[in-house]
Amino acid sequence: MGEFFRVLTDNGQLFVDGFTNAVKLFLIAAVGSLVLGTLLGAMRVSPVPALRAFGATYVNLVRNTPLTLVFAFLVFAVPKLDVNIEYFSSAAVALTVYTSAFVCEVIRSGVNTVAAGQAEAARALGMTFGQVLTLIVLPQALRAMVPPMMSVFIAMLKNTTIAAGFSVLEAGAIPAYMAERGEPQFAVLLWITIGFLILILPLVALQRFLERKWRVAR
Amino acid sequence: MDDVTTGEPLIVLDAVNKWFGPLHVLDDVSLSVGRGEVVVVIGPSGSGKSTLCRAINRLEPINSGTITFDGQPLPAEGKPLAKLRSEVGMVFQSFNLFAHKTILENVTLGPIKVRKEKPAAARERGLALLDRVGIANQADKFPAQLSGGQQQRAAIARALAMQPKAMLFDEPTSALDPEMVGEVLDVMTSLASDGMTMVVVTHEMGFARHAANRVIFMADGKLVEDASPAEFFDNPRSDRAKDFLSKILTH
Repeated sequence: MGEFFRVLTDNGQLFVDGFTNAVKLFLIAAVGSLVLGTLLGAMRVSPVPALRAFGATYVNLVRNTPLTLVFAFLVFAVPKLDVNIEYFSSAAVALTVYTSAFVCEVIRSGVNTVAAGQAEAARALGMTFGQVLTLIVLPQALRAMVPPMMSVFIAMLKNTTIAAGFSVLEAGAIPAYMAERGEPQFAVLLWITIGFLILILPLVALQRFLERKWRVAR
Repeated sequence: MDDVTTGEPLIVLDAVNKWFGPLHVLDDVSLSVGRGEVVVVIGPSGSGKSTLCRAINRLEPINSGTITFDGQPLPAEGKPLAKLRSEVGMVFQSFNLFAHKTILENVTLGPIKVRKEKPAAARERGLALLDRVGIANQADKFPAQLSGGQQQRAAIARALAMQPKAMLFDEPTSALDPEMVGEVLDVMTSLASDGMTMVVVTHEMGFARHAANRVIFMADGKLVEDASPAEFFDNPRSDRAKDFLSKILTH
């Protein structure tokens, strides 16, 4: 047991650096994919056929591409276009682009839970598409979106470890460093698991809180 | 009731056609509704009467023909269409009150967000309208906490809050328990006698008889009869109307 704790205390800085970068990646990609995913979701429910087609194409293309390929494209292919981009930024963009497709679908399915009559009544009052969406439909759709949205974000938090394969020092990169230092791999992996559990528990608490807060009477 | 119309008609439909796939739901329908006129549309289900009502504020686009409102052809989309809709009140069969807003918020949302009125002024008029439809004491409740009749009266107040030039009612009492039909029809009757231009799709023959200036009878997408209530109920001309009336009036 003492050996197990020593693995952590002797390498504390590495764990702190790794998880700090994982959390940074997560926060940047969470905000980015919420914004981009909401825009894509709005496109998919809009009355303009061209926007709907664009949204659908994006989702089908990106959602069906393995995340490692999205990373590889940003890390190896984009710099070839003479775009100067750091590994960390590439990873943040890759996660955002990929997760947005899932966020978009969560938003769309949430919107579909709101009775069509709600949007119709809003349009009949003379509201614009943007007003119908932001004032009437999305507020009622939020409640239904919370559980699947949290699943997407929890998956995304764990997906940050893929960045380790593309030269970003983050949680997923810790085992390789530890192997070089001759630390027992089993203890290292357990500590990383515990680290992710600690990060994910607040997300679960947030989900419970939001579900309660946005409960709507029908 | 006497002829109350003056000047230009407010709503004019000219040779309107609409198909749902192969189904011809509006078949060459022409109709004009004068200012202050109350037109009741009746007919068997599937006759196109709801579609007719919804076409007037373009919740249903039409395939051919023209609809003009207050002298202007209906805009196809965008801001001009939203503006037109803000001038036409609509009441739905299923109320469609905004479930996440209180009754008062339901009534003030349109005036504040669409007509850009000051919240305090919108609130004051909203409360007056709720009082007029008899549910001022429900202002801070959510729609799900109200009875069907109260919800529909709130929906009428919501539409009136936009100070519309005309009101469309799409089977406003069809989803109500029988004991609540009267309270909604009372509100509509008082609105009619105040001179509101109204197009009412309904199965309430009593309302048609005493509150309407004209009765339109539709069948199979066609406008079959257009007559005064007395003329229509006492001397229907078409076989379709006679058949329809015999079915509903015998019970």
